Amino acid sequence: MTGRQSAETVRERRSAMNGAGSRSAVGGSGRRSVVTGIGVVAPGGASRDEFWATITAGRTATRRISFFDPSPYRSQVAAECDFDPVRAGLGVAERQRADRYVQFALAASIEALADSGLELSDATRERTGVVLGSAVGGTMLLEREYVQVSDSGADWLVDPNRAGPFLYQALMPSSLAADVACRHGLHGPAQVVSTGCTSGIDAIGYAQQLIADDEADVVLAGASDSPISPVTVASFDAIKATTPDNDDPAHASRPFDRDRHGFVLAEGAAVLVLEEAEHARRRGARIYCEAAGYANRSNGYHMTGLRPDGVEMALAIDDALDQARCDPTDVSYVSAHGSGTRQNDRHETAAFKRSLGSAAYQVPISSIKSMVGHSLGAIGAIEMAACALAIEHGVVPPTANWANRDVECDLDYTPNTARELPVRVALSVGSGFGGFQSAMVFTRFGGPDR
Amino acid sequence: MITGVGVVAPSGIGADAHWKCVLAGQNRIGRITLFDPDRYPSRLAGEVADFDALHYTESRQLVQTDRWTHLGFAAARLALADAGLPELAADPYEYGVTLASSSGGNLFGQRELQRLWRGPARTVGAYQSIAWFYAASVGQLSIRHQFKGPCGVLAAESAGGLDSLAHAVRMIRRGTPVVLAGGTECPLSPYALTCQMRGGLLSTCPEPALAYRPFDVAASGYVPGEGGAVFVVEDLAHARARGVRGYAEVAGWGASHDARHTDRLTSGDPVQYARAMRLALDRAGVAPAEVDVVFPDALGVLRYDRAEAEALRGVFGVRPPPVTTQKPLVGRAHQGGSALDVATALLAIRHGVLPPTAGVDRPAPGCELDFVWESGPRRVDVALVGARGFDGFNSAVVVRRGPA
Repeated sequence: MTGRQSAETVRERRSAMNGAGSRSAVGGSGRRSVVTGIGVVAPGGASRDEFWATITAGRTATRRISFFDPSPYRSQVAAECDFDPVRAGLGVAERQRADRYVQFALAASIEALADSGLELSDATRERTGVVLGSAVGGTMLLEREYVQVSDSGADWLVDPNRAGPFLYQALMPSSLAADVACRHGLHGPAQVVSTGCTSGIDAIGYAQQLIADDEADVVLAGASDSPISPVTVASFDAIKATTPDNDDPAHASRPFDRDRHGFVLAEGAAVLVLEEAEHARRRGARIYCEAAGYANRSNGYHMTGLRPDGVEMALAIDDALDQARCDPTDVSYVSAHGSGTRQNDRHETAAFKRSLGSAAYQVPISSIKSMVGHSLGAIGAIEMAACALAIEHGVVPPTANWANRDVECDLDYTPNTARELPVRVALSVGSGFGGFQSAMVFTRFGGPDR
Repeated sequence: MITGVGVVAPSGIGADAHWKCVLAGQNRIGRITLFDPDRYPSRLAGEVADFDALHYTESRQLVQTDRWTHLGFAAARLALADAGLPELAADPYEYGVTLASSSGGNLFGQRELQRLWRGPARTVGAYQSIAWFYAASVGQLSIRHQFKGPCGVLAAESAGGLDSLAHAVRMIRRGTPVVLAGGTECPLSPYALTCQMRGGLLSTCPEPALAYRPFDVAASGYVPGEGGAVFVVEDLAHARARGVRGYAEVAGWGASHDARHTDRLTSGDPVQYARAMRLALDRAGVAPAEVDVVFPDALGVLRYDRAEAEALRGVFGVRPPPVTTQKPLVGRAHQGGSALDVATALLAIRHGVLPPTAGVDRPAPGCELDFVWESGPRRVDVALVGARGFDGFNSAVVVRRGPA
C-alpha cells in the first residue's frame, strides 16, 4: 500500500464515521485550532525571541557538559540551557517543588500566555486545558535523589529517611501538567503525553483534538525535558545513539551531513497557546498560524531501529497534509526530525521523498537540532514553535554544521544560513523510540487556499 | 464499543478469575514479595501472584522490558483473545494502542541506576534506554502485535487509565477502527515505594485486611498494587461486521483539574470532580437517575473520601446510585487501577450482578453512600467510573450496555 492510498483509506473511514464530506482532523465539528501565544526555553536563549535569534543566526548552543563531570562517558557534549528561574518569574514554592523540566514548562507557559494576551476569567479557566509532553519526566531529580537514598548505589533497599519532600512528584510525570495548571488556575483537562521523542508533536496533536472535539477552547500545549544527567547520558552511550565527537562541541550536532555520528543530548521546553479559531477571532487575538493537521503511526519494527524506507513516517505526513488540505507542492518548509544519527537522517529523507515526491527536492528542509540539540520529548514542541515563528517572520532557520553531502541525504537541508521566504505551510516530523512517527502541519491562517 | 477485556491483577489473571475474586470479596493484599519490605513503614501491596511472564511472551522480549511491561504483554494478549481478534494484525494500520503509564519501568530502572552508580565504570545495559521510559509498553505492544496505527501514552497519575479510553474513542473517530487502551502498572520497587511514601498517602497499617479502608472511620491511607487491565476498543460497525456484540460502549468521559496540589490540607476539589462526572454524563446523554452503579476513586484518605462523597451528592443529589469499590482487595495500581475498575464495571453489565464493596465497615461521617453490601443480581445498563490523580487530576467515564 502506498502512502497516498493509505491516507485515502483513512479519509474514507473518517468520512464514514463522521458523515459524508468530513476530511479534517476535527471529526466533522469544524472547530479549528490556532496558535496565539508562544513561549520557549531553549539552549542559547531562555525566551522566544532569544531562541529565534539563535536559530536564525545559525548559532550552535552545544557545549561540553557542565552539569557534572562527563569524562567517564562516551558522549560528553550537550545543549544546556542557561536558565534563571527567578528571571523567568517562578515563585519560591515553584522553585523548591518543581524539577528542572517542570520549571522550564512553567517559564514557557508564562511567556506563552503573556504573548497571547488571553485573560483568564472563571469560565475561561474551566475551558482551558494543559497538555504537555515529556519523554523522561523527572529523571534528573529521580537520579539525584536515588544517589542519596541508595548511598551511591550501595543499597538495593534504599533509605526513605534520606528522601527529599517532592520525590513523589518526580516519580509521576503528570506533575508537569499539574504544576502548570496550578500556576495559572486552569480547570480544563490536564494530561501528560509521553511517547518518547515524539511527545512534543503528539501533545500538541492531542490538544488540537481536544479543541476539535469541543472538550476545551484553549489548551496550553507543548513539551519539556531536562534529561542531561548521568543515567540518560549512559543510556544513550550504551546504544551509541549520541555523538562521540567530544573534541569540538560547538560542531558536534551534524544532521544530514556525511560525517554525522549521532545526536547531541539537550534540554528545553516550548509551550503554545492553542486556541479555537473563533474564540481567538472574537477576542481579536494575534494569530500566528493554524494547527491544521496531525497524525502519528508506529513502525511496528523495532524499539530503536528504523527501516530505511520510511513508510510509516510517510503515512503520518500524508495523513497530516490531507487533514490540512495541502498538496506536497504547497509545503513551504519542512522542519525535519534530523537527529544526526546515521539511520534517522537516511530514514527521514526516504520518507520525504515518498510523501512529497518531486516536491521533496524543491522544499527547504532543516534540522534545528544542529543548533539546540535533541531535547527528547521537548524538541518536537520547540520545533513547532520554530514553525510558527517561520510562518510569522517569513524566515526558514538553517541546518548548521552542514559541510559534506551524503549520497543518501540528497535534499535541500538549508545549510548553515537562514533563508527569507514566505512560509505558508510548515510541516514538522518526529521519530522516536518505540517506533513512533509523527507529523504536524501548521498553515498560515486563512491561507493558502481558504 | 469495548469488545475485549484483559485483566492481569492481584485479583486474578483473566477477566473470569478477577470477577470470581471480586464477587467473593477475597482480599489479595499481602506482604510485599518483590523485595524485602522489612525496613519500610508500609510493607503491604497487592501483587499479581503466580505470574509467569514466559507464558505470554518470549524471553527475548522479557529481557529488554520491566515487569510493568510484562504485565502489559499479558493483559493485551488476553484482551485480544477475549475480543476474538488475532495476535497479529491483518491490516496493521487499522490497529492502534494508547495506554496510560504513570511510573514506568521501576524495577528495571532501579537495577540499572544501581549498576551505574555502584560500579567504577559509569555504564548501564543496552536496554535501559527502552525499558525505563513511559512509552516502553506501548512501543513493545505495537511491535509485537504489528499495530501500526496511531499510538499514545498518557500520564495523569491514577486518572489516566480512564483518559486512555477517551483517547481510544478519539482515535476511532479519526479512522482507526481498533485500539488497545487501559494500562498496567508496577510501582513496586524499593525506590518506587520510597517515592510513594513521600506522597504522604500510603497506609502504614500492618494488617492486610484492614490496611486500605476507603470511606470507613478506620481509613488510614491506600495500599499500593500492581497490574491493571487492557481493553480492545472497537468501532461499532467494525465489531458488528465480525459478529461481535461486545461488553459496553464508552459512552461518555470528562476530565478536569483542581488547579491545586495535593498536600496535608487538601482534600481534592469536589466541585471540579463533580464537573468531570457531569461532563461524562452529558457527553453520554445519560441523566444522573439512569446511572445504575458508581465505581469511585476510593483513595482511603478520609478528607479525600469525604470530598468524593460530596462530589457524588453534587451530581446525583441526596440519593446517589449504589456505590461499590474493589480497590481494597487489590491495592491501588495507579493508572492500572482505574482501568481495572472499568473492567469490573463491564463485567457487572455483562453478568447483571453488582459486586460487593470492599474495605468499608462503618462509613465515616460525610461518607454515607449507598454501598453495595452484598452482591446480587441486578440489571446494570449504565456505570460511572471515577478516578483522581495526585496533584489535582479528575476523570470520569460512563460505560453503557450496547445496542442489542
